[in-house]
Amino acid sequence: MGETIVITSGKGGVGKTTTTANIGTALASMGYKVVLIDTDIGLRNLDVVMGLENRIVFDLVDVANGNCRLKQALIKDKRFENLVLLPAAQTKDKTAVTPEQLKELCDQLREEFDYVLLDCPAGIEQGFRNAIAGADWGIVVTTPEVSAVRDADRIIGLLEASELRNPKLIINRLRPSMVKRGDMMDINDMIDILAVDLLGVVPEDEMIVVSTNKGEPVVLDKNSLAGQAYRNIAKRITGGDVPLINLEEEHGFVNKLKKLFSFKN
Amino acid sequence: MDLFSRMLGSRESSSKNIAKERLRLVLVHDRSNISPQLLESLKEDMVDVITNYMEIDRNNMEVNLSSDDNSVTLVANIPVIKLKRLSVSNRGL
Repeated sequence: MGETIVITSGKGGVGKTTTTANIGTALASMGYKVVLIDTDIGLRNLDVVMGLENRIVFDLVDVANGNCRLKQALIKDKRFENLVLLPAAQTKDKTAVTPEQLKELCDQLREEFDYVLLDCPAGIEQGFRNAIAGADWGIVVTTPEVSAVRDADRIIGLLEASELRNPKLIINRLRPSMVKRGDMMDINDMIDILAVDLLGVVPEDEMIVVSTNKGEPVVLDKNSLAGQAYRNIAKRITGGDVPLINLEEEHGFVNKLKKLFSFKN
Repeated sequence: MDLFSRMLGSRESSSKNIAKERLRLVLVHDRSNISPQLLESLKEDMVDVITNYMEIDRNNMEVNLSSDDNSVTLVANIPVIKLKRLSVSNRGL
């Protein structure tokens, strides 16, 4: 029996879709069978982030309404055959499916897959209700900004009210240099405020833009720090004990040299 | 550079501290489900009741929600100008 996890945030633009694509790809690269569900009906994007937008024939609404068999709507990833995507419909709205339908779909998928990841739309309306209906637990993505943390707090409250206990936090787009000079909240500030467990910290990384341009999740780039962070998060989801990346040090040439000549710790 | 940035970081007015303080306040309201409007009308009702018993300085009164660890407290700071003599007719109000 697989696990179903909803990736949510409340506020838009903090990186839910990027996070879903990367965690999913990382889990698949570890050999797990993974299905990604885009629940953002009307504003689908997980397909383009995954680079699978040209292969869509059927979507979530078709499956929910019985217009096709579930298998027909699952799009195989280009890179991993144990990774599939169920895209959202683009021409319908959030009311085209119900929480009950999503729950049933998740229960069906978890029979076959190790991980079912649900990419939740922004907001707290029906799209959110749909996405969390079939989930075992939730990942809350935030950025180190007042607006995003505030919305994360609200989402944590709503998840707990819906019996999705102990949501885990991902802090996205952290900029160590700004934290260092006191112009950005640090990891502990946000953990203190939100009082939840930390699943991972993803540093701001230009490679995210590059990888999204190409439709290739950044976890496939071994040199990307954000990719490393997402790979670590995937390992933690499977129960691995992986320490946080030390973002304190600059990753410039001089520091790489310093690292080379310093003792291993 | 390091010393410089540390000095900047420890300044009370660093924008991170402003962010934390603003978040703390906004979350107290969010979590207690009390909007600023609701707090304002609560304040008006309190004034109505209290003025039956004493004269208070409306302009300098403060009614706020504050939080410590896991609880939210309603803190009212109301300067009293004059106490009224408690008579039977006052009680009847």
